[in-house]
Amino acid sequence: MDLSRLERRSEIEWIVPQSGRMRVPAIIYASEQLIAAMDDKVYQQATQVAMLPGIVEASYAMPDAHWGYGFPIGGVAAFDPQEGGVVSAGGVGFDISCGVRTLHTGLALADIEAVKTKLADTLYARIPAGVGSTGQLRLSVQEMDEMLVGGARWAVGRGYGEAVDLELMEEGGCMARADPAQVSERAKRRQRDEMGTLGSGNHYLEVQQVTRILDPVRAQAFGLVLGDVVVSIHCGSRGLGHQIGTEYLREMAIAAPAAGIVLPDRELACAPLQSRLGKRYLGAMRAAINCALANRQILTQLTRDAFSEVLPRARLQLLYDVSHNTCKEENHDVGGKPRRLFVHRKGATRAFGPGHPALPAAYRESGQPVLIGGSMGTASYILAGMASDSGKAFASACHGAGRSMSRHEALRRWHGRALVDDLAARGILIRCPSLRGVAEEAPLAYKDVTAVVEASELAGLARVVARLEPLICIKG
Amino acid sequence: MNNWAHFRHGADIGVRGFGATREEAFVQAALALTAVITDPALVASMVPVVIACDAPDDELLLVDWLNALIFEMSTRRMLFGRFEVAISGSVLEATAWGETIDVERHHPAVEVKGATYTELDLSRRPDGRWRAQCVVDV
Repeated sequence: MDLSRLERRSEIEWIVPQSGRMRVPAIIYASEQLIAAMDDKVYQQATQVAMLPGIVEASYAMPDAHWGYGFPIGGVAAFDPQEGGVVSAGGVGFDISCGVRTLHTGLALADIEAVKTKLADTLYARIPAGVGSTGQLRLSVQEMDEMLVGGARWAVGRGYGEAVDLELMEEGGCMARADPAQVSERAKRRQRDEMGTLGSGNHYLEVQQVTRILDPVRAQAFGLVLGDVVVSIHCGSRGLGHQIGTEYLREMAIAAPAAGIVLPDRELACAPLQSRLGKRYLGAMRAAINCALANRQILTQLTRDAFSEVLPRARLQLLYDVSHNTCKEENHDVGGKPRRLFVHRKGATRAFGPGHPALPAAYRESGQPVLIGGSMGTASYILAGMASDSGKAFASACHGAGRSMSRHEALRRWHGRALVDDLAARGILIRCPSLRGVAEEAPLAYKDVTAVVEASELAGLARVVARLEPLICIKG
Repeated sequence: MNNWAHFRHGADIGVRGFGATREEAFVQAALALTAVITDPALVASMVPVVIACDAPDDELLLVDWLNALIFEMSTRRMLFGRFEVAISGSVLEATAWGETIDVERHHPAVEVKGATYTELDLSRRPDGRWRAQCVVDV
């Protein structure tokens, strides 16, 4: 990125001043090294988001920001319905409520070493992963609607997991005001065979080891000890969310001119929050959030089943579950005044700080666990929200490493088999239906996740608590 | 010679098709879409699926066409290797031929979630050929 167009406010904060059609400035949080490596498209996209009606404070980009579609991936923007604010289907994206959940296992590395290969094979056999895979569960029309209203709570009611899991998720595992009537038959049809599936691309299930504790106090609050084995699952709302995104993006792009909205890029398709279309989208998007929560809950049970088979001593208890492609209605303090805003996070994680009323009692003092997925050969991190009421970027943080290289380039540089063998030599077992998929997801195609989380902490977005390194990775 | 290509996008991938007509460019863009997932030459074009779209402009029609294929691939668990496209006014009528995904044979790399409006373009190039392209989310 050309830094000459930016004003540097601090070591970690870069401003694109308001100009032209921008209604607010754009703010990018990144170290000099990260921002220099960022694509110029992040500048362009963050600037265009700042042009949308009713945007409040600034258009933000997180340290892992990269070229997305419409919004940058790693983009955060909040809109006020009282000021003509909008909801953008492009600002949430196709993979609605894609997110990460992490589970304790109650095991240490020594407990799994002898059975690691068997565990990898059992997980791979039980977790439907990759293109064309299908889940065991088929829902009737009525059951589908119940799932879309109930989320993970519905899944627990069907025997997937335990009620205690629900306390340790955003929204208590059930997004309120979901409206299945706003979800098309085609979207429901696309989900029919996909409940309890991982998906593909950057989605994964990893068995990981805690290799560093960086904040002992919060690590204790999160129940993390050096050497612990944990499991992290990264996936979203599957075909249902993709189809909702597709259909509402189109409808909003076509309806925007009549609503008086000039779109700087059609991918920023949006509708006024107070319009019928805006409200319909919110109802459908919340249903997709519930679909993602239910999906991760089902996958959690499949994971527990796999562990029970191989390591009956394991106790897989939820640490937390975060979603990083959403639009959520939240209270935020802006310029000393409380406001009810619709916060879009696209490839960005909510990061509520200590004392936030939405946090479960277990994390009220520590701040919210912020789960950051890395690439399969490097590391993942657990952070803790540190925002106060007037927190930065509407209490948001990064979501992952962020790609630094296109899939095309990754495929040119690496071969899947060689990568799998190299990782195996380092003790990381990969199970994936496609070697080409492995090459496209090569660890070096991603930014340095450590630099990303360190920048997030320096920016005051979230505090780094623990580093996790992969032992087994089931790739979709 | 292939008349399709992929182009660079940070997180995702661009699909691009060229042709003497809009229809041929749409066909080639569809082959580029299949190539995101697998080598189109590995797909046996056996089972026909009929597709129809209607959109207010040609660029939206391109996105609708690719999204219709994504929907059919997703719900039928199929891959497509051959296409015929007819466009009349705002209406596209097409047949896609393909087969059920065979993981062992196709090694499908990644599922396509949706066609986006990013880098969306349907235009005639200086050499007279049509170019149809957009970024797809994977």
